[in-house]
Amino acid sequence: MSGGPIDRTPVSDADVCVVGAGPAGALVADRLAADRDVVVLDAGPRFDPADRLARQERAIRPSYGRPDVWDVGGERDAHANSGERVYPLNHARVKGIGGSTLHWQGMVMRLHEADFNSETERGVGEDWPIEYADLRPYYAAAERELGVAGASDNPYAPPREEPHPMPAFEPSYSDSLFAEACEELEIDMHSVPNARNSEAYDGRSACVGYGTCQPVCPAGAKYDATVHIERAETAGATVIDRAPVQRLEHAGDRVTAAVYATPDGETHRQTADAFVVACGGVETPRLLLLSASDAYPDGLANSSGTVGKFFMDHLFAGAGGTLDEPTRQNHVGFYTSACDQFYDEADESLAPFKLEFFNYAGPSPVEQALTGEDWGDALLDRLRDGYGTHVAMGGLVEQLPRSDSYVTLDPDRTDDHGNPVPEIHWSVGDRALRTIERANEIQREILETLGADVEWVAGPDATGPAYHHMGTTRMSADPDDGVVDADCRTHDLDNCWIASSSVFPTGGAMNPTLTIAALALRVADDIDDRLSAA
Amino acid sequence: MELTRRDAVAALGALGAAGGAALAAAKAGDSRAEAPDLADETTTRASMAAVATVLYPTAVDGVDSFVDEFLDGRLDGSAHAEGLRAAVAELDEAARAWHGAPVADLSEADRDRLLREIGADVADEDPEGTTAERVRYYVVNELLLALYASPTGGELVGIENPQGHPGGAQSYQRGPR
Repeated sequence: MSGGPIDRTPVSDADVCVVGAGPAGALVADRLAADRDVVVLDAGPRFDPADRLARQERAIRPSYGRPDVWDVGGERDAHANSGERVYPLNHARVKGIGGSTLHWQGMVMRLHEADFNSETERGVGEDWPIEYADLRPYYAAAERELGVAGASDNPYAPPREEPHPMPAFEPSYSDSLFAEACEELEIDMHSVPNARNSEAYDGRSACVGYGTCQPVCPAGAKYDATVHIERAETAGATVIDRAPVQRLEHAGDRVTAAVYATPDGETHRQTADAFVVACGGVETPRLLLLSASDAYPDGLANSSGTVGKFFMDHLFAGAGGTLDEPTRQNHVGFYTSACDQFYDEADESLAPFKLEFFNYAGPSPVEQALTGEDWGDALLDRLRDGYGTHVAMGGLVEQLPRSDSYVTLDPDRTDDHGNPVPEIHWSVGDRALRTIERANEIQREILETLGADVEWVAGPDATGPAYHHMGTTRMSADPDDGVVDADCRTHDLDNCWIASSSVFPTGGAMNPTLTIAALALRVADDIDDRLSAA
Repeated sequence: MELTRRDAVAALGALGAAGGAALAAAKAGDSRAEAPDLADETTTRASMAAVATVLYPTAVDGVDSFVDEFLDGRLDGSAHAEGLRAAVAELDEAARAWHGAPVADLSEADRDRLLREIGADVADEDPEGTTAERVRYYVVNELLLALYASPTGGELVGIENPQGHPGGAQSYQRGPR
């Protein structure tokens, strides 16, 4: 890190201002930086790569919670919950250069074709104003940008035009145990795409097996958005950290400035020809709501009244237990096999869902060693008893967009800059809960066929979010139904785009980041075209 | 099972020199009214090695050199190193007051008793907590983390690539030996 004072003043004559340095903002910035003057503003800090081992230590030690690993929390990240289910927002995000990819798992699937036409194909939810075919080339580009290790052995995956950039990770030993049971049940297993290097890629090393992928990869083998931020800066972009945008200003139908605060207590105005809001599914609608004006009294770009509405996440379904033989868990922190066989059976009553075969079932001996009242031989005996025979499966289930699931502003609490904090009102419908039960049935059947003693089931009562915030500024063809159009440009403001999972009209059941990345690349191309035309 | 220099280097490879608490210390600054007493380097090394013989299972050998080499990377002048030396100073002071000798000179049984008397067995680790919580963080868990994040420590439990150790992306594919 340089020792001099950091210049956080605005860039003059900027073409594009990107708010948020997570994967969406980073990809937009990188794609435009060579030919445009780009400035990126992020609320959080620029983390020192030299601290990654210390952050890993925090991930292992019991005195640190998940938010502590990347310094989430405090007044800056205050929020409220008012829904039927508590949403642990600060476990679900990282603020800073790289955003939530700093702590993500790194799973990168494409949505299925039917996910773009839920209402037509399944009779529920919304149709997107774009098709899988519209996003297909951008999916391929996103796989190259992130560096995806995968294989074409999944018969249920949507069509693709070229192999993944890297070979898939080999199946685990425990995958081979699951395979016997699945074969007996005629359930297909296949590889799973990882944004994690199975070999050296793009100047980053292959995975070296630290086993702490989520929440920190000290090796840099797992993709995170610092990759594209650094590349954008090399191409000329300006990236300003610790610069939370307080509001967007507009004149008529154009955004004119992003007003941001800096650590020295100053407030600045960044002007630009185009603005991209890329703050994720919670802070994106919050910023628009905080930017209310006389022309937009209910929030900027909110003529439809849908800003903040239809908050969605994926729901976890899981089960696990023990075998009477070694299962070799916790060597790596990612999974290598999945099952999408049941995904496209979705209809009105059952949601799409996918199944995952874990490589990290049961306790990690290192973490176990740091708790308890024993040491010496007694501790070793406890660790041996606790480790070695666990197996587990997970799965993700789609939740539909619902009017009673939303993000708004809490009128009673403010953040460190005096702005109302986000209030999460998360509600989950019966279709999702029924689907969790269906996923549990299959998981239990597989585990029992495997000979496992099933010891836990995460069903409808124990489910939780997968930390995939979606839906709060959704995409729509009709300006009355959503916030952005098919190009992710706001219906209301001609020079404002949103690059985020917040534009998803429905969520499918696939991890969203590859779709976020594909949409971000598409946004960048649209901005480039429109700026050129202007 | 012999703890080797490779294990010490591997433990450092997993944990680094700074320590998780150093990040918080750097961020928060030092707000303590007065600087704590710090054990000198010789006392720190001897005390940590002595405590390790209590904490580590009898199946491991080479504890002294393992701890010494591990501390080469952890006593580097960082905020974490200062917290470690402060916790050792408090433990050593208790050893002298309650058992009439420094930690390193106590019998193994008395060292075990000392750790329990100070409350490190039941305390939750906390780098900014009570004496018991800090001894648990900087002494007990520091040493347990070093052992069980190393290949030899992992193999004792049955996992040659324990979490925190960059042992490659092959071992997860192998069946039991």
